[in-house]
Amino acid sequence: MRNRRVAAASASLVLLSSAALAEGPGLGRAAAPDEIASWDISIAPDGAGLPPGRGTPKQGKAVYTEKCVACHGENGAGKPNDQLAGGRGSLSGEQAPVKTVGSFWPYATTLFDYIRRAMPLTAPKSLGDDEVYAVSAYILRLNGIIGEADVMDAQALPQVQMPNRDGFIVFSRGK
Amino acid sequence: MREPGSPFVGYGQPSRFEAKVVRIFTSAPGTTGTGASRTPHHLLNGAITPSGLHFERHHSGIPDIDPDRHRLLIHGLVKRPLVFTLEALARYPMVSRIAFIECGGNSGALYQKNAVAGGVQALHGLVSCAEWTGVRLADLLDEVGVDPKAQWILAEGADAAGMSRSVPMAKAMDDAILALYQNGERIRPSNGYPLRLLLPGYEGNMNVKWLRRIKVTQGPTMTKDETSKYTISLPDGKALQFVFPIEAKSVITQPSPGLVMKGAGLYEISGLAWSGYGKIGTVDVSADGGTSWAPAALQQPVLAKALTRFRIAWRWNGGPAILQSRATDESGYVQPTRALLIAERGMKTIYHFNGIASWAVGENGEVTHVYA
Repeated sequence: MRNRRVAAASASLVLLSSAALAEGPGLGRAAAPDEIASWDISIAPDGAGLPPGRGTPKQGKAVYTEKCVACHGENGAGKPNDQLAGGRGSLSGEQAPVKTVGSFWPYATTLFDYIRRAMPLTAPKSLGDDEVYAVSAYILRLNGIIGEADVMDAQALPQVQMPNRDGFIVFSRGK
Repeated sequence: MREPGSPFVGYGQPSRFEAKVVRIFTSAPGTTGTGASRTPHHLLNGAITPSGLHFERHHSGIPDIDPDRHRLLIHGLVKRPLVFTLEALARYPMVSRIAFIECGGNSGALYQKNAVAGGVQALHGLVSCAEWTGVRLADLLDEVGVDPKAQWILAEGADAAGMSRSVPMAKAMDDAILALYQNGERIRPSNGYPLRLLLPGYEGNMNVKWLRRIKVTQGPTMTKDETSKYTISLPDGKALQFVFPIEAKSVITQPSPGLVMKGAGLYEISGLAWSGYGKIGTVDVSADGGTSWAPAALQQPVLAKALTRFRIAWRWNGGPAILQSRATDESGYVQPTRALLIAERGMKTIYHFNGIASWAVGENGEVTHVYA
């Protein structure tokens, strides 16, 4: 009796190890399209993922004044947290680089992605899509990248030409 | 002892006499959990960092996640987008590996013009090493069925910042682990409970904690952290992007600032070496600011992409000395002097500093951070 039980256990172990090598347990559950849509908040540099909505620099200034200025300062001047505007021309030369949205960020889509997911720091994901477009527009306007009358939406934002778009070199070891 | 000791406790703690062995931390203005904490390597030995002393970098505090409600979504350029519960992930074949994680900004102060006062914890404390156990990401990517044109993934955390980074598909399919355990127990909340991405050898920021979503993509998503933050600004104004593996590096942990030497005599110089490109090959130690070098003994086992403890005996004559360590990894790469690193890269960045660090020993036995 005892021997038979051991033999049975060995046989099932052999069966498991050969099957387990060939495939995983396959325990993922199919994700429905609307479920994916509710999770997928990332925005690609070509604008893929940008939602409907729109905003202007003027609308964005109102949001900024209420929710952003305490950390990022008047006109995006920074302090106590990151400076958002200015710094153009500071990346080379002897001085320390002033890396802002205007002087450094290569893609405007990153603004929408990051503000929507992470800002304001005390209440992330609380801004509506129109507000995020508007604040993005205001920060771009502060940097002189778009005009006062420009409207930011899913079509316009990826088209914005960021000044430092070509300022990056993909790293390769030993070069 | 002449009386019985204290009773059992469910989860043990260090001796009350070790109360000074703690992380130090700073938070961003107006926050309490957004910033970094640093490992007290000057008070530790061996190669494994205790889980409660592992360095931390949080972008919006530590989320309190119920594992029964946590989900991982894998979607994008895949045949079958899938959702995994923690219970499901725990049934997949597991692997364990010992790996360091180092923040891309560790030792960044050494790019500054003048040597900053500080010790190994303040200057180099954003690196730690643990045994991580979890599921191979490649197994799950096989299950969802990756589109051949997908070259990247985006990994996203469930923290309030939704910290997200793009990772090359080649790395995801090579040795990436979805880690559930750290040093044998479930990962600490501060290190990503209940699920973190482990990318052995890659800069810490990419090892996304509180992992909730992986999107398979054709190109990089160009997130805030991989564009505006973790890029290396060069003297000519350009910036190196996608600098992922940590180059070979070492630091002496004992003696080091804060540990006063008590008189001439025999000491052990000990420290840590690591490389994101593989195993440490050799570590040389100098007590005269790099004029002469002697090979240190490497504590076995020496593991790829893990901290390696080195040790060498030193007879201190009581006079001034400058201690340095220099690591060479199995690829043949030699840790550069600070001067050489800065000649190549400049001083406009805070990231990926791996130059040789120097501790000066004074006649009074005090140890200080210097450039030499």
